[in-house]
Amino acid sequence: MFSFLYNPGKFFIAAEKSHNYIKMTAIYLMIIGILYALVFSPDDYQQGFTVKIMFIHVPAAWLAMFTYALMTIYGILALSFKITFGYIFIKAVAPIGLIFTLMCLITGSIWGKPMWGTWWVWDARLTSVLILGIFYIIIMILNRSFDDIENGEKISTIFVLLGSINLPIIKFSVDWWNTLHQPASISKLASPSIEISLLLPLIVMTIAFKVLFLFLISLRVRAEINIRKQILKE
Amino acid sequence: MSKRFQRVLVVIFSLIFLLASALLILFNVKSNIVFFLTPSELQIEKHNNTIVRVGGMVKENSYSTYNNIKKFIITDNEKEIFVNYEGILPDLFKEKSGVVVEGKLINDNLNASKVFAKHDENYMPATISDKLKEKGFWNKNY
Repeated sequence: MFSFLYNPGKFFIAAEKSHNYIKMTAIYLMIIGILYALVFSPDDYQQGFTVKIMFIHVPAAWLAMFTYALMTIYGILALSFKITFGYIFIKAVAPIGLIFTLMCLITGSIWGKPMWGTWWVWDARLTSVLILGIFYIIIMILNRSFDDIENGEKISTIFVLLGSINLPIIKFSVDWWNTLHQPASISKLASPSIEISLLLPLIVMTIAFKVLFLFLISLRVRAEINIRKQILKE
Repeated sequence: MSKRFQRVLVVIFSLIFLLASALLILFNVKSNIVFFLTPSELQIEKHNNTIVRVGGMVKENSYSTYNNIKKFIITDNEKEIFVNYEGILPDLFKEKSGVVVEGKLINDNLNASKVFAKHDENYMPATISDKLKEKGFWNKNY
């Protein structure tokens, strides 16, 4: 039943079947989410209008980390069970993760300038996210810099696993060290420190980003499977 | 032991090993990773005449300007640092809210070259916070 998660052929069929549904859901959710977040949500008591940046920044940051976590899982599967789909997945998804990381960094520094008074500081959170971006770039370069494709895939997958150490560091950097970046508002177990009228648009945007991400994966992985077929034929 | 199982073990153990070593390194260089020191962490003998970053709350009623020089006190409810600063303050700079200041420490005076406002993790619509203030229910822990 879940074999489409590791079988390239089955993934291809499942992705083609669901293509239209995922695309339309992503478009509708994005429209609803952006309207809700940018137009119909209230201003913050301290930040005023600048709070709108959060609705892009936070989902992008979550996805940047989520993408890497998925790549790590597929990396472990690929290396230990020799599942080729894992290599394909990593190759296909790394650019998506890089884009979300860049989105997170850019929107973050646009927010930081008026709020903190600086575009960039070398505190633990910002630096570790930058390192995440650098890891995505390294993985993409390694994937493309070997004549023997399988060699390149293996080495870049080892780098994926190396970089996965960074994920808990990003997540807990704001708790372990004092940083300029504020600690998490939502994962607090007690009660989220975001008021409901600001939290709802954030949730809608997060779901919209996740569906968009699913759509991008389905496109990129299919493209990568096709490229692989082509190479194997030659 | 099958070959596949061996591979799984190698992958898992190398991951755990790597994670442990990375965390060990990071926690041992803690003093280099922290972005700022609090006033009570600051050792005036050790840090005198050096450039430091100090973070804390801006003390209530401590802010004043004189000839374009802004003066305020940073506190962590234990110790206080006096700050002089010439320049533009960020939007979120307010008394009783978080701030990080970079500058040269001379005794317990800090001649700041940069002031960063620290945003807390609370988000609330402006209309609600106004109402809360009106009714006197305002406290910072929301």
